[in-house]
Amino acid sequence: MPAADFILERDAFGRLVLTLADSSVHVGVVAVRAFPIAAPHDGIALMSSDGHELVWLDDLVQLAEPVRELLESHLATREFVPEIKAIRSVSSFATPSTWVVETDRGQTQLVLKGEEGIRRLARSSLLIADSHGVQYLVRDIGTLDRHSRKLLDRFL
Amino acid sequence: MTNTNLFPTADEHSVPALWRAQIDGQLAASERVLAWIQTDLDQRLHFERGLVVLTNLRLLACREGGTAWAQWPLQSGLSLRKRDHAAVGTLELVDGAACLDSWRYTLGRDPSAQRLIDAHTDATKSLSSGVDTPSIRAICPRCRAGLPDGKQACPACAAAAEGAAESAPSTWVLFRLWRFARPYRGQLALGFLLTVAATAATLVAPYLTMPLMDKVLIPYQKGVPIDPMLVGMYMGGLLGAALLAWLLGWARTYILALVSERIGADLRTQTYEHLLRLSLQYFGGKRTGDLIARIGSETDRICIFLSLHLLDFANDVLMIIMTSVILASIDPWLALATLLPLPFIAWLIHLVRDRLRTGFEKVDRIWAEVTSVLADTIPGIRVVKAFAQEQRESDRFREANQHNLAVNDRVNRVWSLFTPTVTLMTEIGLLIVWAFGIWQIAHNHITVGVLTAFLAYISRFYLRLDSMSRIVSVTQKAAAGAKRIFDILDHVSSVPEPANPIPLNTVEGRIDIEGAAFRYGNRAVIRGIDLTIKPGEMIGLVGHSGSGKSTLVNLICRFYDVSDGAIKIDGIDVRSVPVADFRRHIGLVLQEPFLFFGTIADNIAYGKPDATRAEIIAAARAAHAHDFILRLPHGYDSLVGERGQSLSGGERQRISIARALLIDPRILILDEATSSVDTETEKEIQKALDNLVLGRTTIAIAHRLSTLRRADRLVVLDRGQVVEVGDHETLMGLEGAYFRLYQAQVRQEEDEVEPKVWRLEVDEDAGG
Repeated sequence: MPAADFILERDAFGRLVLTLADSSVHVGVVAVRAFPIAAPHDGIALMSSDGHELVWLDDLVQLAEPVRELLESHLATREFVPEIKAIRSVSSFATPSTWVVETDRGQTQLVLKGEEGIRRLARSSLLIADSHGVQYLVRDIGTLDRHSRKLLDRFL
Repeated sequence: MTNTNLFPTADEHSVPALWRAQIDGQLAASERVLAWIQTDLDQRLHFERGLVVLTNLRLLACREGGTAWAQWPLQSGLSLRKRDHAAVGTLELVDGAACLDSWRYTLGRDPSAQRLIDAHTDATKSLSSGVDTPSIRAICPRCRAGLPDGKQACPACAAAAEGAAESAPSTWVLFRLWRFARPYRGQLALGFLLTVAATAATLVAPYLTMPLMDKVLIPYQKGVPIDPMLVGMYMGGLLGAALLAWLLGWARTYILALVSERIGADLRTQTYEHLLRLSLQYFGGKRTGDLIARIGSETDRICIFLSLHLLDFANDVLMIIMTSVILASIDPWLALATLLPLPFIAWLIHLVRDRLRTGFEKVDRIWAEVTSVLADTIPGIRVVKAFAQEQRESDRFREANQHNLAVNDRVNRVWSLFTPTVTLMTEIGLLIVWAFGIWQIAHNHITVGVLTAFLAYISRFYLRLDSMSRIVSVTQKAAAGAKRIFDILDHVSSVPEPANPIPLNTVEGRIDIEGAAFRYGNRAVIRGIDLTIKPGEMIGLVGHSGSGKSTLVNLICRFYDVSDGAIKIDGIDVRSVPVADFRRHIGLVLQEPFLFFGTIADNIAYGKPDATRAEIIAAARAAHAHDFILRLPHGYDSLVGERGQSLSGGERQRISIARALLIDPRILILDEATSSVDTETEKEIQKALDNLVLGRTTIAIAHRLSTLRRADRLVVLDRGQVVEVGDHETLMGLEGAYFRLYQAQVRQEEDEVEPKVWRLEVDEDAGG
């Protein structure tokens, strides 16, 4: 798809406004990654506020500068999958357990309700859901430090 | 000033200590805090704390560490609103033209955001009307139920929140089994006494070796002839002690095994009973194989632990204590030497303990994984075969097994070292006793008989230590099992029974859905639905798949509880009536009817086990099932399997309709009741349904809009919201969402050349 057959802007309410080639205007457009974890950079869709696909982008790179920046900042405020870099402590090895973790978005606490909150995505990556539905990602268990791995191991 | 004292709000007291000093510095004299939210994310969604405070004069906001407070005086036209996506909530302050500021938080803080918005709306309103509205809203911010005075959350929500907080069981989890042992404490006490007596009896024999050696054998070696009477007496003593030990041992083992078997059975039934009471949400998040393993094998493991291992262990401890006392009474110094290796062994056991426990927990989890693979694959065997993925599934199983092996290998490495080490300790201990004993005899401190007795005692003693070391692993295994059982038992149903239930006797069938919202995980499935259904009315729920039809029906059945708003039956909140009472008035016909193993009559009478044969036949007749049932070789006594394999889809569906008819419910729910059958069968079922619907409040979901022709009103749902309500003609006249759905379906039916193939695609389309 050629890059410039739509116009994307942000209005005063912070919403994205998309104008398509057929000059139809869509307010409150949402950008969505098709594979947010497996392949975050491939495949981004712009969806209308009622949930229909309007524009499909194979890759952000094909976009011109202002639009790309706009989309990136929009995605950054929308996506929330903190990546766990280290596990500082856990309150207990039985669930429910409160973990203090270091993520790419700063230090925080999460409450793991049950062992089923930890899901294996691939051999070495995990998705951990806390009691409020926040999903934490462990991209590669191997890259965690020894202490974190030891703590994590007790739950696997 | 006085205002603050007159209207102390619960919120004000609980502003986090972190902020209190800062806020106090900001507030004017007559200003008081109405509500606040502590946000935990910044604009880039990094974890950072901030605070938004509403006072009676203005809205204040600050970040952690920052000293600059942003403020907006209250004025009409300013409003707060929130939305959420993927577990992140956004609170926005907007005026007519733009968004002034926004704050982010994780969903756990959603209730305080709601409180803030409610308080802000009130404050703005009172500003324009000049009347000071009370600052405490009398409804729970979470479920909107009425609140007791001065409480911030309603008791049900508070209990649910507490349940979610930390209450992790410790390693002493096995002691919690006492709850199940209590009813048998009489037998247990008797068993314990017998254990003491039996152990004492076994300790007589080594004691008798002492006089046998010193008074018979040693004198004989010195030339004194053997006294047959004396020998006979000692021999008789030995035999008597052995017989007594045998008898006591038998009684003890029998009684305690009996008790432990009963404890195990109680544990199993209670766990299962509790499991059945848990909400569908719990079952949704668990794997069948894992649950079966927990209730089946874990309870069995605990039972074996209690009857065998714990009994042996108690026995061993008694033996050690008694032996130590006897040894010390004979010769304190030699006793000290004998008991010296004991602390070392205890230390060794302690050392291995932790490693083994985590190891065994891991083994259990892996084992559940192996069973889960089976439980996933076997019910889906047709899909596996259709897509020729047998190899992939067997690879998955092999991989799970491989994982199992790897974990077991690691555990066994520690475990295998353990037993030989204990044996080595035993040998060394014996060596010490020999050496010290010989030295003592050489100095004439003790006799040969004493040394023999010591050796006889400690060979038993160390033998027990060896078997005692096994208790470590079995205790850990049992503790791990008990933990997994208590995981189920401790789980609070997310559909709690009301504390003060309002009895529900006769039901008219009016249903009021007020601002109902439901969130599954972090996805909002139902967002604010308002709907009133009159008694006897038939409502058709229409919409794409994923529009929330089934979820709404699940909420009405109270399989889940709304996360916001309320659902009322005859004006009573469904959360305040006993769950079973409420469901008795609901008849449910599902897309995939589930028949239990048993006869057809049993299946029809499932909801009313005491139904007479005449009632069963009447229900079957009304459901148009009577004829085909009679055509079966055994009529109503024909056995149907787990999924009713021998019956066709339409036949199974009519049995489930008969089942619903028999309980004569006031409210009827048809969830795609005719979707899985062909058009001919559908007509049959439709006839049966027409009988069923008569005079009942009915909520029907159907893909094929033609099946909803009898509905009084159609409710069109889209993405969790009601978009259109009305009868067929009205909705067609609107040319809106319903019109489009209908057009699409008519077009499909016209194109329908090979109905079966098409239907599959239609469903798939709608699912997208």
